[in-house]
This record gives sequence, C-alpha cells and structure tokens, in this order.
Amino acid sequence: MFKVLEQRMIVPNIHLLRLEAPAVAREAKPGQFAIVRATEDGERIPLSIADWNPEDGTVTIVFMNVGSSTRKLAALKSGSSIPTVVGPLGNPTEIGLYGTVLCVGGCYGIGSIYPVARALKAAGNRVISVIESRSSYLFYWEDRLESVSDRLIHITRDGTKGYRGHVGRLPEIIKSIEEPIHRVIINGCTFLLMRGSDVTRPQSIPTVVSLNPIMIDGTGMCGVCRVTVGSVTRFACVHGPDFDGHQVDWAELLQRRKMYITEEVVPLRTSRCEEHAIRS
Amino acid sequence: MPEPKPKKTLDLNRREMPKQPPEVRRHNFDEVALGYTVETAIEEARRCIKCPAPKCVDNCPVEIDIPGFVKFVAEGDFAQGIKILKQKNCLPAVCGRVCPQEEQCEETCSLGKKHGQIAIGRLERFLADWEATQGEPEIPEMAPTTGRKVAVIGGGPAGLTVAGDLIKLGHKVTIFEALHKMGGVLIYGIPEFRLPKAIVGREVEYLRSLGVEIVTDFVVGKTRTVDSLLEEFDAVFVGSGAGLPWFMEIPGENLNGVYSANEYLTRMNLMAGFLFPQFQTPIKRHKCVAVLGGGNVAMDCARTALRLGAESRIIYRRSRQELPARLEEVENAEEEGVIFEFLTLPIRYIGDENGWVKEIECLKMTLGEPDASGRRKPIPIEGSETIYPVDAVVCAIGNSPNPLIAATTPGLELGKKGNIVADEQTGKTSRDRIWAGGDVVTGAATVILAMGAGRKAARSIHEYLCSL
Ligand SMILES: Cc1cc2nc3c(=O)[nH]c(=O)nc-3n(C[C@H](O)[C@H](O)[C@H](O)COP(=O)(O)OP(=O)(O)OC[C@H]3O[C@@H](n4cnc5c(N)ncnc54)[C@H](O)[C@@H]3O)c2cc1C
Ligand SMILES: Cc1cc2nc3c(=O)[nH]c(=O)nc-3n(C[C@H](O)[C@H](O)[C@H](O)COP(=O)(O)OP(=O)(O)OC[C@H]3O[C@@H](n4cnc5c(N)ncnc54)[C@H](O)[C@@H]3O)c2cc1C
Ligand code: SF4
Ligand code: SF4
Ligand code: FES
Repeated sequence: MFKVLEQRMIVPNIHLLRLEAPAVAREAKPGQFAIVRATEDGERIPLSIADWNPEDGTVTIVFMNVGSSTRKLAALKSGSSIPTVVGPLGNPTEIGLYGTVLCVGGCYGIGSIYPVARALKAAGNRVISVIESRSSYLFYWEDRLESVSDRLIHITRDGTKGYRGHVGRLPEIIKSIEEPIHRVIINGCTFLLMRGSDVTRPQSIPTVVSLNPIMIDGTGMCGVCRVTVGSVTRFACVHGPDFDGHQVDWAELLQRRKMYITEEVVPLRTSRCEEHAIRS
Repeated sequence: MPEPKPKKTLDLNRREMPKQPPEVRRHNFDEVALGYTVETAIEEARRCIKCPAPKCVDNCPVEIDIPGFVKFVAEGDFAQGIKILKQKNCLPAVCGRVCPQEEQCEETCSLGKKHGQIAIGRLERFLADWEATQGEPEIPEMAPTTGRKVAVIGGGPAGLTVAGDLIKLGHKVTIFEALHKMGGVLIYGIPEFRLPKAIVGREVEYLRSLGVEIVTDFVVGKTRTVDSLLEEFDAVFVGSGAGLPWFMEIPGENLNGVYSANEYLTRMNLMAGFLFPQFQTPIKRHKCVAVLGGGNVAMDCARTALRLGAESRIIYRRSRQELPARLEEVENAEEEGVIFEFLTLPIRYIGDENGWVKEIECLKMTLGEPDASGRRKPIPIEGSETIYPVDAVVCAIGNSPNPLIAATTPGLELGKKGNIVADEQTGKTSRDRIWAGGDVVTGAATVILAMGAGRKAARSIHEYLCSL
C-alpha cells in the first residue's frame, strides 16, 4: 500500500496528489509516468510524475478529474492509502543543450512540464514556458514555473491573462520572442499536443509531445497503448511517451482514446451513490 | 457423479472426469472440469501397475515420484500422497489442471496402449484440491537460515518455483513482480474457467507463509535495475516470461476493437473485466469476435469471447491437425460452439467510419511441403479472398520476451528473438550471479517447463550460495 500524504483540488477540477512511493521517487526523471490504482478493484491509469523527492521518498502527481478512476483519486483523503503506484515508467524526456526551448503545458501538463523545464534550465538552456487554460483562475504552479523559466507566457481562452485564444497562437508568440526557438516540448491533453505540433510544423521546429493513449500495464505487455509514429507502430509506454509531434498519426490516436467512451460512462453513473456513502 | 463401481467387476479403463455440460458452461466463467470424487480418484489410482522403472517419471520435467504418490491415493492416504507430490512440485493444483499431460508424464505411461494412461494430472489435481479443504497446509521442513539473499524477478511459475525451493533451503528470497498481482500468466492469461484464480492465490499465500517476501508493483529495469539489485542480493533469478505481444502487421491493425491476446485476457482476468462494472476495467460486449491463432492462448480467448455472449471464431492458417493447442482444449472449444476457420490467413482489417474494426479479409490456404517446424507449410490460394464480419479481433499469434530487463542489464547475452541465453542444466546466464529460466529463455512454452527450469536454476543458485 502507498500512503496518500496530500490530496486536494488546486484549481477547479485539477487535483494534486502527493504519495509516499520511495522506490519511484528514487529513480524518477522528467517526462516519466507512474501507473496508479485508486482501489483494489479499480483500473490501472497512467499519470505523469510532476515532482518527486528522493530524500523523503515522495512523488507528486497533478491530475484532472475526468472519469471514474480520477474521480476516485479525487475523493482520497490525506492519510489514506492506495494499492498501486508503479514506476517510473516510460523513457525520460531527452534533456540536452538545445539553446532556447519552449515548454508548453496545458491542464495537467502545466504540472508535468515543470520538471522538464527545470531540467532543461539546469542543463543550460534558455527556457520559455507557455501555459494555456480556459481562464486565468485555472493556472497553478506559476511560481514554480517562473523559478525555472527565463520567461512565462500565458494563453487563456477568455483573455483574462496573457494571449487570448489557445495554442493556435503559438506562431505569434514565437515571432514575438525574436530569437530562434530550437525545440518545443508540449505536455497536456491530446488536442493541445496535436494543435501545437500543427503550428510548429511549417517552421520545422523540432517538437516533442508526451502522448497519453489508453494504457493497462505500462510495460509493453498488452499493446493497447500503440500509436503510429512515422507510419511505424510504437508502444507509447515503452517507446515513449515522448514522440516527434510532427510524425504522430493524430487521427488514429484520438480515435483510440475514445475506445471505451460508452463503457466509461456506466461506472460514472453507477459509482456516484457509492461515493456519496464514502464521503458522508 | 458416477457411482463407484463394486470392486468385483474391476474396471480397467481410464476414469473420465465430470465436466459442466457445454450448453451450461458456455454461459459462465466457472471451472469447466469438475474434478474426481474420492471414489473415482481411488479407482483410477488403483489401475497403476507401479512400474519398477516408471517411464512416466522420465517425462515429468520436475521429476515427480508418480507411482509413489499414486500408490497413496489408491490406499486412500491422501495426506501422504500430497506430501510426496509437494516434494517436487510446489504448484500441484496448477499443474494438475494445465500441464499438457498427454505430451508429458501420461504420454509415456506404460498403460497407454491397453486401457488408457493413468490420469496422472487429474490425480495430482485431486490431491491438491483435497489438501485445500484440510485447512492450512503443513509447513515443510525448513533448513536453518543461511543469511544469503536472492532476488527473483517475476511472479510466474518459474519465479514461484525458484522462490519455493530456495526458501526451504534456508535462503532469504524476495520476489519482484511488475503487476499488482502475483502469478504471471497463471493470473493474467489463463482464464478462470480453466484455472480458478483462487488456486493461484492459495499457492502464492503458501510461499508467503514460508517467509518469501513479495513485492508487487515493481518493474525491474525501471523501478530498479538488475545491477542495483545485485548490490543488495547475492544472486538474481530472472523469470520475467514472454510478455511482448506480436501483431500480424497487416493494414488496419490499430483500429479500435483489435486486441492483443494479452490485452484481452488481462482485461478479463487480472482486472476482472467479466465482473464489470463491479470491477471498473471496461470491457466491450462484442457480438462477433475473430481470434487469430491456434494455440492454447487462442482457445482461451475464443472461449472467453463466447462466454461474454459473442459469436466466436478461430481463424488459423493451417489445418486442425496442426493446431498447437492441447487437444482437450480444442475439443472443449468445439463443444462449446467456437467456430473454426482452418487454412485461413488474415490479410487486412477493415474499419467503419468511427475507426472500429467491422470486417476482416482473409485468404484461403492449402498445405504444401513440410517446413522447418516439420508441419506442412500453408500456401495462399490466389483469388480466394473471403470477408468475415467482426466487431473485435484478438491477435493470439505469439509473444516474445519483453526487452526491458535485457536492455537495462549490460553484458547479458541474448538470443535471436530477444530471449536471454541461459544454460539448460543450470540456468546460468552470461553474467555472474544472474540466472534465468522459463519463457524468458525458451520463448512462450509451458508452465511445467518454466517450473522445471526454475528447479534447475534453484539447484545451481543453492550450490553457488553454499560456495560463498
Ligand atoms: C503517459 C501518460 C501520462 C498521463 N499523465 C496524466 C497526468 O499527469 N494527469 C492527468 O490528469 N492525466 C494524465 N494522463 C491521462 C490519464 O491517464 C487519464 O485521464 C485517465 O486514465 C482517465 O481515467 P478515468 O478513469 O478517470 O477516466 P475515463 O473514465 O477513462 O475517461 C472519462 C472520459 O474522459 C476522457 N478523458 C480521459 N482522459 C482524458 C484527458 N487526459 N483529457 C481529456 N479527456 C480525457 C475519456 O475519453 C472519457 O471520455 C496521462 C496519460 C498517459 C498515457
Ligand atoms: C492464455 C495462455 C494460456 C496458456 N495455457 C497453458 C496451458 O494450458 N498449459 C501450459 O503448460 N502452459 C500454458 N501457457 C503458457 C504458460 O502459462 C507459460 O509458459 C508460463 O506461465 C511461463 O512461466 P514464466 O514464469 O516463465 O513466465 P510468466 O508466467 O509470463 O511470468 C512472468 C512474470 O514476470 C513479470 N515480469 C515481467 N517483466 C518484469 C520486470 N521487468 N520486473 C518485474 N516483473 C516482471 C510478469 O509480470 C509476470 O508476472 C499459457 C499461456 C497463455 C498466455
Ligand atoms: S507436473 Fe505435469 S508433467 Fe509432472 S506429473 Fe504432474 S501433470 Fe505430469
Ligand atoms: S508408467 Fe503409468 S502405470 Fe507405470 S508407474 Fe507410471 S503411471 Fe503407473
Ligand atoms: S500499456 Fe500495455 S503495452 Fe503499453
């Protein structure tokens, strides 16, 4: 069992989960993920490792409450335990000396891009972080990102902070930076990854995306996480999760992510009452 | 249940084991074969002629004293019987169910030609099941602790055997398992109706009671490397199996509804998908499932699909004769209503507008000359394209070892298919203090061969530890 040290909503619908998982904390690197089960009868879901501390053995995850399993995680109380935290899985994000790197994060990706930005900065890059959300009140960890970035740029759908719109405004942002961008790294929902890759393609800026297909084991055993990258089938859990955003077959990925949509709705409806019971 | 026959008219024929009728069992996940009663077990055991040089034993990879345990069954002394069995086999309830006995111990039984071989597997199962009803299993004699530590990677049959053998010899053993449950393929692969999960759980608990430390949710190569384990442990045994699924590599393979056998079975078994939504791993209720392949794995997938209410079809490129699955399982599948399309080769998946597989296109085949495996090579018949409507396809054409451990352990010699090279007699690898055995060495094989490899490796590890 893995102890829950902290679980709280940090902005509407986005939660922070800090767990005691010393073995994971010891080996974690930016861009890796863990597989978590909230309950003994629950499914295994992949979540990026947003921060970790090898000294005290803790791992921090930022997740969005979107379905039955994340709902269960969102109901966890500090001091409780969960049965599975396994990792760190996947390959770490490649950290090199590139020059100027744009770290783009949206929803949970604002959290998971943070250690990437931190490592890039430490490696001597100029780091410009760009974070996106529907509205300014949905940003979190801005101070953390600021501390590891040379600049922090905001995009909001409603224009309440920074640029108005979405990641589609990236070309203007890149233009306004007035220096060559050597690499773009994007973490977040599939649409952000896809749109972000679309806009950097014409400018041929190398773009790395952290893919988030459905997963079960996370070790290459089941093949459910397969994605097509450069017309080759890859298992995201072992060959990724980072891939060249210009090579990903996005239509296929979006379709595969929708695989269980009708089934996921069933537990969503049936698990409500049960959870009220737990809360009261 | 068949009544025990009066002794006078001694029946020399092999006793059948009762099964759930096909029309009933195709709708449930309960075990198909129901096991012997005390009476039938004794009758069956009495048939054994106790050969002085028993050929059956020669063909059991873990060298069970078969006439020895069978004799006690015949005498009704089941406690003695199980004791003998367990001297050599720590998983009798499993082997009695899934060993391909017809190619192992029973193949060479001297009674084969006359009245049918002794049903060694069934008797083994009977004893193990009997023991399970007798309360806590007896703790065997344990050697005094040696203070030596062994790390076992993988909680499948190979790893469980190594752990069981070494703990009894007084060494400290820790098993590291990647998944959240122990048992390897016994848990996530072979379905409930062939091997109830409670049985595997019982065997694992037994090892725990002997003092084996069990660490689940731990991926060696990721959570920690083998070399890092070697800093803490005197020896490492790698029993990580052959878990990397193969796909057909034909167009449309990434459509929704195309599964690897591992995914399909894992959702059903490990995640108890058949109890969805009580257990929350979603599983689709498909109407028409095609399973590609002809081995035990394919049979298990097809029979699982059937139980979930689908029309279930096996597509196999050779003929019935070449099916690599156990005959018993093929017959079970046929009885239950699985449709077999022999001499049929899938060439393309066709999707609907939402990206779901809706048809599978195949070519009909004819058999040519025998190939390297000695089986006649299937050759496509031109212009024989056939389309089958499906809403799911399960690819059960094979697995190879997962490269994770090999890739993170420098100096480990590998074979062509990514398998770890290990000495057949000792399990020693090219690296000092690292042993390996089971599917990770041989490629996908059988439970009993994995256990046999574990036994040999344990012996060699023990020798090494004693030499320190
Ligand atoms: C490598 C990897 C890393 C990931 N890291 C994180 C992370 O750090 N934080 C995080 O919140 N999520 C992350 N995800 C996604 C996360 O695994 C899923 O959100 C989670 O599995 C959903 O489980 P659920 O049972 O709650 O929702 P489900 O019941 O499975 O899904 C409910 C509904 O939400 C939709 N949905 C699911 N996930 C998302 C999503 N991410 N964005 C938009 N819609 C979605 C589904 O299509 C479905 O319709 C990651 C995924 C991968 C593969
Ligand atoms: C569906 C199916 C049906 C079968 N039916 C039969 C049958 O009827 N009779 C028969 O004899 N055989 C059958 N087999 C084959 C048999 O199950 C295998 O040959 C046997 O389980 C191999 O044992 P193993 O211990 O080598 O590997 P496995 O059983 O595969 O166990 C390996 C274990 O190692 C774990 N692991 C892998 N990598 C790591 C890592 N990096 N770190 C930690 N742990 C790791 C895995 O999660 C797994 O639990 C069947 C197989 C399948 C898939
Ligand atoms: S372990 Fe398998 S091969 Fe050996 S006696 Fe038992 S059933 Fe036969
Ligand atoms: S070969 Fe058959 S008859 Fe002979 S001892 Fe073995 S089981 Fe008994
Ligand atoms: S999650 Fe199973 S292979 Fe990637």
